[in-house]
Amino acid sequence: MKTARIAAVAAIAALALTACGDREDDGDNGSDNNSPSESETTSEAAEQYPDFKACMVSDSGGFDDKSFNQTSHDGLENAAATYGVQTAEAESSDPSQFADNIDSLINQDCNQVTTVGFLLGDATRAAAEANPDVDFAIVDFEFTDAETFEPNPPENAKGLTFDTGQPSFLAGYLAAAKSETGVVGTFGGLNIPTVTIFMTGFAQGVDYYNEQNDGAVEVLGWDPANPEGGSFTNDFEDKTAGQSLAEEMIGQGADVIFPVAGPAGLGGLQAAQDNDVWGIWVDTDGCVSAAEYCDSLLTSVVKGMDVAVEQAILDSASGTFTNEVYRGTLADGGVSLAPYGPNADVDDDLAAEIEEIKQLIIDGEITVG
Amino acid sequence: MTAMSPAPEAIVPEPDADKPEVRDLRSWLPTVRDTLLAILLALAVGAFLIAISDDEVIEAIGNLFTYPGSFFIYAGDILRYSGQAIWEAYSALVDGAVGSGSSLQRTLERSAPLICAGLAVTIAFRAGLFNIGATGQMLVGALAAGYVGFTYDLPPGVHLVAAVTAGVLAGALWGGIVGVLKAQTGAHEVITTIMLNQVARFTVLYFLAKDAFQRPGSDNLLSPAVADNATYPTLFGLHLGIPLALVAAVGVWWLLERSRLGFEMRAVGANPDASRTAGMSISKVYISTMAIAGLLSGLAVTMILLGLQQSVTDQVVGSVGFDAITVALLGRATPLGTVLAGLLFGALSAGGLGMQTSAGVPPELIQVVQALIVLFVAAPALIRGLARIRRRKKTATAEPKGAAA
Repeated sequence: MKTARIAAVAAIAALALTACGDREDDGDNGSDNNSPSESETTSEAAEQYPDFKACMVSDSGGFDDKSFNQTSHDGLENAAATYGVQTAEAESSDPSQFADNIDSLINQDCNQVTTVGFLLGDATRAAAEANPDVDFAIVDFEFTDAETFEPNPPENAKGLTFDTGQPSFLAGYLAAAKSETGVVGTFGGLNIPTVTIFMTGFAQGVDYYNEQNDGAVEVLGWDPANPEGGSFTNDFEDKTAGQSLAEEMIGQGADVIFPVAGPAGLGGLQAAQDNDVWGIWVDTDGCVSAAEYCDSLLTSVVKGMDVAVEQAILDSASGTFTNEVYRGTLADGGVSLAPYGPNADVDDDLAAEIEEIKQLIIDGEITVG
Repeated sequence: MTAMSPAPEAIVPEPDADKPEVRDLRSWLPTVRDTLLAILLALAVGAFLIAISDDEVIEAIGNLFTYPGSFFIYAGDILRYSGQAIWEAYSALVDGAVGSGSSLQRTLERSAPLICAGLAVTIAFRAGLFNIGATGQMLVGALAAGYVGFTYDLPPGVHLVAAVTAGVLAGALWGGIVGVLKAQTGAHEVITTIMLNQVARFTVLYFLAKDAFQRPGSDNLLSPAVADNATYPTLFGLHLGIPLALVAAVGVWWLLERSRLGFEMRAVGANPDASRTAGMSISKVYISTMAIAGLLSGLAVTMILLGLQQSVTDQVVGSVGFDAITVALLGRATPLGTVLAGLLFGALSAGGLGMQTSAGVPPELIQVVQALIVLFVAAPALIRGLARIRRRKKTATAEPKGAAA
């Protein structure tokens, strides 16, 4: 079974398969199959840790946000399924509950607590310092000193960060290559770094395409040189807002839409589907998490939070925890581009170019961000 | 219950002129009874939801349909597992709310802002205004209190007073805008408060994007935490904001029941036209009511921000602003009722955490229970109807008496 999965992943990577059937087979086993690191961890998954209790606190989005809380939570569930760890969880509905929720989990004898989102940074640091016996991991956050900006994580707390600009760069290049109108669009949920990093990478990818191919593809919705501007739904829930922003961009000629707005971004995919233009999904493989739009997707920018969380839990359970910050990159597979959509029709030349750019980013020849 | 239930209804219409206080107390009995029934009923529905979402129960139900021959075995299983799941969940609820010192502390910490914001809704209700804007008033209050709290470096005491004052003034200003719009232009307060909630949120987001409101070296929309000097001092593990909420409740009671302004508020709430004819300034009442409501909302957010030493974000208010409406409705727009309802909701919130972490019940269940309580409270006829059906079955002979009264 596992070998079959790994083989399938390898086949997808090698041939850039476009058939959705393969993907669905993979999707049944977990949410993220594209990243090499997961195949590695699952292939050596004999060890069981039934006495280890891994716990998780969400931010105010809740674990059913179809976005980063949910993906992180998948990591917890995968760890329970793969390593037999016990789990407990607490959802927060507002920031004043963060500290309470962590304490309450520690009272439930959790050995490891993962907190989701930078808003929990303070509460996580305080809890880590008060509970030296418990390991902590926090998604999308890095502990730094307020004065020197040097990393200063507590002994027992690990930041999990993701360089999502890198795969977004590839997505931007792909979007520019596939655009027939010469206009592509992106919009975000809120003007915050964890969102705009995607949009900046995307815009830079488009620029790179223009440089390399003498193109003049234009990006609507975000200009890295003007961080005050840009198109935002100002809400991660409001699908209608996402849809109307995307409709507006399509009205201005955009034929690829890249929404970075969590569930609100689904409205952008809806608009893409309605108008027969391309969409690119974020965080998870859209053909698995938003399968109804799979036919309209070029690809997805995958942020492997589930993989990182699962790995952090395994590290704590097996006693190899370090407080060194984890950086998901294209090189380690923590971030990646999902397999191309079933209708994306990416020819071999383009696929090879993207592979080449990916290698350039990994080698540091191209810096994103 | 069956013995006492006809009594209160019979007593209400009989004014007992000699003992006004006793009458006052007794006239509340039906309300208290309906409220308790509503809470019990909501918990009963919650228990049903817990039971049918329990894995073992689901499996037993599945077996029941697959093997109808063993009906009694699986029916017994369903009852047993349901009982277990419900017991586990509700004992975790009680334990998480009042089971230990720290859970009691959590209950009170969560009640304090609910009580204060609930009072902001209550006082507006009494003047005939529906204040949906506690969220917005709290947000601008948080922005002002937070700014004073993390920017300046003042001596202990002074800093706290300055931060609280900034918060309540900002809240009062935000509420006052609604009052002015209502008084001058007749704009409906439901519309303006909802709109101002949005304006407040984007105001907060706007300022959070400025360097003065951000942590050094960070672009996240997250302010620094408020300084130690600006936080409420702690006494026996409880921060002083909690008694302050009770003081605010007494203040609101005094204002409504004993002051001239409160009399005018209630008069305007009962009949604005008659009040105008009687020579009261409706504009003054609207503006001052909404300003006081905003002030109370501003005070509420200081209990979160300065009580728990938080940072300002656009989510700092959470759902407190909207829960406050529920609290005020459940408290029947009285200060005492609001305090009790706030304590109940604080306990449910703290207990919900216990249910989630130790019994694995999703936190949404608590929101369902809270919503059901209010639904049942808002439909007293339904509650009485249910109670009456039960009574009719059990004591059929008592019915004619009750009907005659």
